[in-house]
Amino acid sequence: MAEWSLYEVFVRSKHGLNHKHVGSVHASDPAMALENARDLYTRRNEGVSLWVVPSSAITASTGDEKEVLFDPSEDKVYRHASFYKLPDEVGHM
Amino acid sequence: MTDKEILQSYLLRLADSDMILGQRLCELCGKAPALEEEMALMNVALDLVGQARNWYEYVAELEGKGRDADQLAFLRDAHDYRNLLITEQPNGDYAVTMARQFFYDVWHYFTLKGLVNSSDERVAGIAAKALKEVTYHLRRSSEWVKRLGDGTEESHRRMQDGIDLLWRFTGELIQADDVDQQIAAAGIGPDTAQLTNDWRGLVKEVLQEATLTPQPDDAWMYLGGKRGEHTEHLGFILAEMQFLQRAYPDAKVW
Amino acid sequence: MYAQLVETGAKRVRTLEEMSPEERAFQERVDAEIKIEPKNWMPDGYRQTLIRQISQHAHSEVVGMLPEGNWVTRAPTLKRKLQLMAKIQDEAGHGLYLYSAMETLGADRDEEIEKLHSGKAKYSSIFNYPTISWADMGAIGWLVDGAAIVNQVVLQRTSYGPYSRAMIRICKEESFHQRQGYQILLDMMRGGTEEQKQMVQDSINRLWWPSLMMFGPHDDDSPNSQQSMAWKIKRKSNDELRQMFIDQTVPQLEFLGCTAPDPDLKWNEERGHYDFGEINWQEFYDVLKGNGPCNRERITTRKKAIEEGAWVREAAVAYAEKQKQRAAA
Repeated sequence: MAEWSLYEVFVRSKHGLNHKHVGSVHASDPAMALENARDLYTRRNEGVSLWVVPSSAITASTGDEKEVLFDPSEDKVYRHASFYKLPDEVGHM
Repeated sequence: MTDKEILQSYLLRLADSDMILGQRLCELCGKAPALEEEMALMNVALDLVGQARNWYEYVAELEGKGRDADQLAFLRDAHDYRNLLITEQPNGDYAVTMARQFFYDVWHYFTLKGLVNSSDERVAGIAAKALKEVTYHLRRSSEWVKRLGDGTEESHRRMQDGIDLLWRFTGELIQADDVDQQIAAAGIGPDTAQLTNDWRGLVKEVLQEATLTPQPDDAWMYLGGKRGEHTEHLGFILAEMQFLQRAYPDAKVW
Repeated sequence: MYAQLVETGAKRVRTLEEMSPEERAFQERVDAEIKIEPKNWMPDGYRQTLIRQISQHAHSEVVGMLPEGNWVTRAPTLKRKLQLMAKIQDEAGHGLYLYSAMETLGADRDEEIEKLHSGKAKYSSIFNYPTISWADMGAIGWLVDGAAIVNQVVLQRTSYGPYSRAMIRICKEESFHQRQGYQILLDMMRGGTEEQKQMVQDSINRLWWPSLMMFGPHDDDSPNSQQSMAWKIKRKSNDELRQMFIDQTVPQLEFLGCTAPDPDLKWNEERGHYDFGEINWQEFYDVLKGNGPCNRERITTRKKAIEEGAWVREAAVAYAEKQKQRAAA
């Protein structure tokens, strides 16, 4: 029998913040997914905006690729402002 | 009737209709066709009972007899209830539940839209909050009417049956009686002719999109809820809903 | 606790030395309190145990709506009605949060629900007891939600990320449930009639022991308990949690002016805990096996809802399909 599909739900809790993943809902179409997400994840005034995405559309990195994907950025300290020491006289930058 | 009595009578229609439909939706707890619908139905029910409470509180104040909102809800018998007959009709299958919800939501939406501009500030305030909730109810029930109407053969048949079953109770939504007209004339409630047109227009539009057929405008209509003449269902609804208050008349707190 | 007996498939807990390199890395990660996420490698036993535990927990939330649904149409005041409706709605919501966490493990919600309906999957024994008076709405909120909270607060630290996050959200939302229940009882005990006070005591008499059973059997030598603790799916033993619950609940019981149906319940100065009598384990296993007062009714109601709703869900899919085709045309 045809069952509803899974959608991942993202909520923007306040203006100015990113949408954050909160969980999933089942729905027959995107419009219903949006309403089901509203009814489920914003019962306590938690959101100002919602995204729903078919779960099948998400490509995720596997946890075991962590070393390959993320460790290389660990030693690139020059991406962080604190790496650059300036004389105090320069003031705030 | 004095102006105040007319207003009370009108507000009780709103309060009682919200209360009884909310009660019908409570009966569906744990019985919805999907878990997501469980959330949605209870959500609508919560909104309706909350709105009923707001209206009852205002009626109790206008009355000034020392009755409170709970006494209005739990200690009046069927002949004093002024809910629209459609709200007391049984849940039936999901098509009937959604047909009832849709017909009511369209009426509720346009009524509240009128009440938002009420000359009575208290009424306008309660309506403004309710209108946001009901706009969402209407969106959901319209979508379900379309889904079921234009879904499978079985769902189409069931949805058409639901529309046909409940159509006779829709006349009451749009046929203005003296109270409706006086409330409109006083600038408290919506223009009655416009409400009729708006209701018919939107219902026909959604039904057409749902591949469903409305009944003719001059079909026979079952009236009476607004005067306290109800179908056989209301007595049973009240027997259940008012059980504790009736069984423990000495109880002061719950 | 909402998951009372979870099979782990373990005969005994293996040592690090006995594990494959992958499993060892997994166990070390768990030991270091780093959360396991859906895409991380995990032993099959861990995955299956979690699916069983989370689905039991979710089923319990959903079935748990029914004993309250039994009174939502009869709530005595508008305020109590609204509170109960909000609580029931939360329960459906919490069921959905949990199914959602379970689905990150590759399990299918509809299949797991099918197991519930066929009697293969369990749910908390507490919901197989009838709610026969309004006071039961109070006692459920206070005792049943209270017992659930004791367990769930600890589960916020469970090793599986999505389960832990669902628990954090649920704990935050459930904080009003227990107060709501206690207030129902307290108001009746303080300002109620004699009949209402009797109603409260009677409800406590009936629901006291079943609430204690919610934490599950003694975990003395159970390999399931030990394995779940090693995987940090469980964080405290059933008996520890039960003791915590009793210690916090007895003073609240006394404040109500009510008694527990347990002659052995008394403060033990030496232990710094309350002593209490032995649970009727025969009754516990009977209810778990399907022979409680309401097992059949609960499952029949849920099954009927989903089966009779099949045409509705099918129609929604058919409609979505038509809409898609129209958009493409």
